[in-house]
Amino acid sequence: MAAGVLRYQPLNLARWIIWGGTAVLMAALPLVFTQGFAITVISQMGVAIIFTLSYNMLLGQSGMLSFGHAVYSGLGAYIAVHTLNLAAKGQFWMPVSLLPLVGGLAGAFFGVLFGYVTTKRAGTTFAMITLGIGELVGSCSLMFPDFFGGEGGITTNRVFGQPFLGITFGPAIQVYYLIALWCIASMALMYAWSHTPLGRMANAVRDNPERAEFVGYDTQKVRWLTLIISAFFAGIAGALTAINFEIVTAENVSAVRSGGVLLAAFIGGVGFFFGPIIGACVFVYFVVALSVHTKAWLLYLGLFFMLMVMFAPGGIASLIMMQVQLIARKRFGRIARHYLAAGASGLMVLAALILTVEMTYKISVDSATGTLMKLFGMEFDAAAGTAWAVAIGLWIVGGWLFNLACLRVARVWGEIQTEFVEGRA
Amino acid sequence: MEFFLISLLNGVSYGLLLFMLSSGLTLIFSMMGVLNFAHASFYMIGAYLAYTLGLKLGFFPALFLAPILTGLFGALIERFGLRKVHRYGHVAELLFTFGLAYLIEESVKVIWGLASMPYRIPAVLDGPLFTLYTTSFPKFRGFMMLVALAMLFSVYLLLMRTRIGLVIQAALTHPQTVEALGHNVPRVFMLVFGGGTALAGLAGVIGGAAFITEPSMAASVGPIVFVVAVVGGMGSLAGAFLASLLIGIVQTFAIALDWSLAGMLAAVGIGVTESTPLYSLWKLQLSQVAPVLPYLLLVLMLIFRPKGLLGTRAD
Repeated sequence: MAAGVLRYQPLNLARWIIWGGTAVLMAALPLVFTQGFAITVISQMGVAIIFTLSYNMLLGQSGMLSFGHAVYSGLGAYIAVHTLNLAAKGQFWMPVSLLPLVGGLAGAFFGVLFGYVTTKRAGTTFAMITLGIGELVGSCSLMFPDFFGGEGGITTNRVFGQPFLGITFGPAIQVYYLIALWCIASMALMYAWSHTPLGRMANAVRDNPERAEFVGYDTQKVRWLTLIISAFFAGIAGALTAINFEIVTAENVSAVRSGGVLLAAFIGGVGFFFGPIIGACVFVYFVVALSVHTKAWLLYLGLFFMLMVMFAPGGIASLIMMQVQLIARKRFGRIARHYLAAGASGLMVLAALILTVEMTYKISVDSATGTLMKLFGMEFDAAAGTAWAVAIGLWIVGGWLFNLACLRVARVWGEIQTEFVEGRA
Repeated sequence: MEFFLISLLNGVSYGLLLFMLSSGLTLIFSMMGVLNFAHASFYMIGAYLAYTLGLKLGFFPALFLAPILTGLFGALIERFGLRKVHRYGHVAELLFTFGLAYLIEESVKVIWGLASMPYRIPAVLDGPLFTLYTTSFPKFRGFMMLVALAMLFSVYLLLMRTRIGLVIQAALTHPQTVEALGHNVPRVFMLVFGGGTALAGLAGVIGGAAFITEPSMAASVGPIVFVVAVVGGMGSLAGAFLASLLIGIVQTFAIALDWSLAGMLAAVGIGVTESTPLYSLWKLQLSQVAPVLPYLLLVLMLIFRPKGLLGTRAD
């Protein structure tokens, strides 16, 4: 029977180009950014991509808003670090490159355990239970110092045993390539998962649980299985974190980590597969790069998140896809200059915001060394009236121009959409 | 006996403080269906405002002004933020308040700094109220209970005995009908959100002075307030009252007791030593487990009775 079925399976060229391009890009990145700091940043981005994509299996694909996803990555990281320490003592044979599998299995194990409880319900109740489980595990981390290492955490050393083909995982670049390999494999597997019957059913349970029940599926079981797989990938990310930093602390299971992955996934866009990838990169950039420049980076990140929730709930990915639609129909040129105007006035508002925040910060927190400060390459006194006058002026003028430009973008956008509809009719 | 009575009083006063917080959360949830993740952040704003105003005006004017200002801020947030997100559904609203919690905590850090504020109990309320056997019960704890009970009473009167209270109750179940009768339901929502956050602000004025005023105070009390709201039953004020007292008393007692499983086993004749498997589990003292108890209660409650103690809806 099976041999007689004809299948139409064309070579999906675009897919091969995108995935091949991603792999080439990840292999080539360390050749472009050769400084040690840049390698650290892209390593963290690789880990964050796995973690955020695993989170989006819940939020985007199955409609489960979780406030405790760090439980799975964190516990995966702890199990991995203990395994690594035991292997280093020679208790059993375990190559570092396969350690993420241990983390993943640990994550999946806790997914089976906690998921059974959490996935009994959906929606807001699910969010509440995950919050409870997250806090439960977070508080436990200080109760069991033997396992969690107390305040100092558990340290490890990823270099042990004989080098294999010259790979010791001592240099950061070797760790990066390990992360990159696991990252691309996880990305491909998670993408493939979204096309399996389970992945499709997860979408159905997200959109209309009642109907999914009528078709004959147990929605709780679909949510549970999804959570276990998601926890598996979260565990991989956790183990990679452990290898990368050689330390696992209570912060890895904390609510801060759980909140961070939610921010990252949402900013990137939960509606598209590639959204969380963008979100993870933006998030790591905020955390690592921006925190060097300003102490208030979390304020900017929070504000960015709020703006996304209010004005672009589809995240960066949806904004990109909206432009792709315009470019494909050759209308992008008409709206581009309005984008430029909005961008320029938006920069003024941004400058006003940064000026206000940084000057307030300088005066209220950091004034022990005087109120002189440097921003945008200029040196000035944060307590002086002129600086505040400039900030207020920027707020008013920039805000007015930005509002104007946004209205115009919205109008042109509406016109183009109307043309599309009329063209179809 | 002495230990029992004092712990009970402390537990009740802590529970009443929790109720001040959770009542606002419950009101907002039952009215608007919005789970206000940033509720504890308004508690923090209340404490900081009370400290800043108190420097100039003294404690008692600040006790009235800070909640009002907090409520105004909450109403503005509802009008210009939450209302825009409303059309995207409840998950978007939850995410909005989640982001708001981040934003408020970071703004507080930028404006007031990272260190804790020297926000003290006023001299009038400092000192012991009465002495029970040998332990004295502080005046401020008594004041805390008084304010909470007064608040409970006035909220009850407002909801049950006034016209606006009737409109609020009606808008809760039949928003369309209330709107058709000519009431501005979005404005009612704004009032409720402002009112709920003002209650959180009031709790902040009291809690900030009783405990500590620092940027992490919202994050430390926030999850507990959620536990109270869920355990009591989402949207049930009476349930929130019961759950607040329950959690307040349980936590106060647990912190003070050094019972452990090892001790219990020893009492029945089973010796537990360091060589026993899972020793770190057996030796845990109840006081060490205390921070986990509310969350354990939450998880158990959601498994066995998802609608909470006195709640009516399961989702």
